[in-house]
Amino acid sequence: MEITDREIARRTRRSFITGGIAALAGFGAWEWIRTSYTEDGIQRPLRRAEQADDIFSRVLFSETRLARTFDASEIGEAQVNGDEGLDGEPAADWKLMVEGGNALSLDQIKVLPKVEQITQFKCIEGWNYIMKWGGAKLSDFADAHGPSGARQRPWVGLETPDAGYYVGLDRASAMHPQTLLAYEMNGQPLTNDHGAPLRLIIPVKYGIKNLKRIGKITFSDARPRDYWAENGYDYDSGF
Amino acid sequence: MKQIESKHPAAIRWFHWINFPLLTIMIWSGLLIYWANDVYTLGWGDTTLFHFFPQGFYDAFSINSRLAEGMAWHFLFMWLFAINGVCYVLYTLISGEWRYLVPNRHTLSEAIQVVLHDLHLSKTPLPRQKFNGAQKIAYSSIIVMGFGSLITGLAIWKSVQFGWLTAMLGGYAAARMEHFLLTLGYVGFFVIHISQVIRAGWNNFRAMVTGFEVVNGDH
Repeated sequence: MEITDREIARRTRRSFITGGIAALAGFGAWEWIRTSYTEDGIQRPLRRAEQADDIFSRVLFSETRLARTFDASEIGEAQVNGDEGLDGEPAADWKLMVEGGNALSLDQIKVLPKVEQITQFKCIEGWNYIMKWGGAKLSDFADAHGPSGARQRPWVGLETPDAGYYVGLDRASAMHPQTLLAYEMNGQPLTNDHGAPLRLIIPVKYGIKNLKRIGKITFSDARPRDYWAENGYDYDSGF
Repeated sequence: MKQIESKHPAAIRWFHWINFPLLTIMIWSGLLIYWANDVYTLGWGDTTLFHFFPQGFYDAFSINSRLAEGMAWHFLFMWLFAINGVCYVLYTLISGEWRYLVPNRHTLSEAIQVVLHDLHLSKTPLPRQKFNGAQKIAYSSIIVMGFGSLITGLAIWKSVQFGWLTAMLGGYAAARMEHFLLTLGYVGFFVIHISQVIRAGWNNFRAMVTGFEVVNGDH
């Protein structure tokens, strides 16, 4: 097509102005997100996006899909990260309090069918290790010791005895067959570092949800508070 | 009077320029995440040539201790990155633009010619065409890489729901490394892409903004 220099300049200018306006709009959107008020430690638009992702996650989630299990030869070194809610030793008279139910000793929990599984513990930071855990299914516990209808409650909340650390779990993840109230690691009773006497092992969630030294468990209709979700992290944090 | 001809359709120009900031944000937020477990190194045995990344790099780009924020940005912009990429691929398929982009049986020898030419090892002038062999390979690879980033990302993000995918990629840790390697690939692509755009000059660059290229009388 034949064209004058003037016309080329005009068309070029027009395109660059359009591009410039688009770039400004994009930059504006970026700045709006970046400078938005924070909600639980993260800019509100990003928090909304995570909540939308959580809906996606919950629709996607199936209780019948299992986390990969491993061979005993693949067991690695357990790592420790964070000691929130783990001041000092666990109390000698430790019991697991069930909101609206009883307080249970470790021996009472050990009466439930014991499950041993070798799964991958994945920290939200990006590292992982493979470990053998032994304990009772949380779903079995809910049936045996939860208040009536515990298994159907939409949320499960757990916290340390000093309430210094707490997590919330959606029902489907909490009742997943690999979600354990674990009292053994690698065939040995849990050490304090790993949450003695009883901790949560939930292979369908990041490590931040695998609360150590459980003090209290709540089966609820309202979404429980969650320590790291109050500090900028995604609430669901599930795989 | 000069001659111009249409080079890049408007849709492709928009997809391209929208992708640029999206991929930049994905790489930046990916770095905020990677920082929390920065285990990758380049080297062999006990010899480390390079550690991803030196502290000075993290300091220079304010990457320290922003894991939660990095994840939040990453998990929003992944959707936009994916949607833009899928639209681009669909557009090239429907419009027929894929014919200029997908390598054929001549592409490899063309690409070798281009590389020799650009390294001043060959004086044979390159045939005039929309995308040369090297470009076809590069622009098709980058789409495959984009797809790879989505797949490896999904395998990390939903490693149980898509456990088969994670297993296919060699496991959770392997998927994370593949995701990282692809990102290094983008950085490598970017460096070559920018230097080639500078070499090709204004007329070529302008075509990616305006859509047209001046074909004669420009000198």
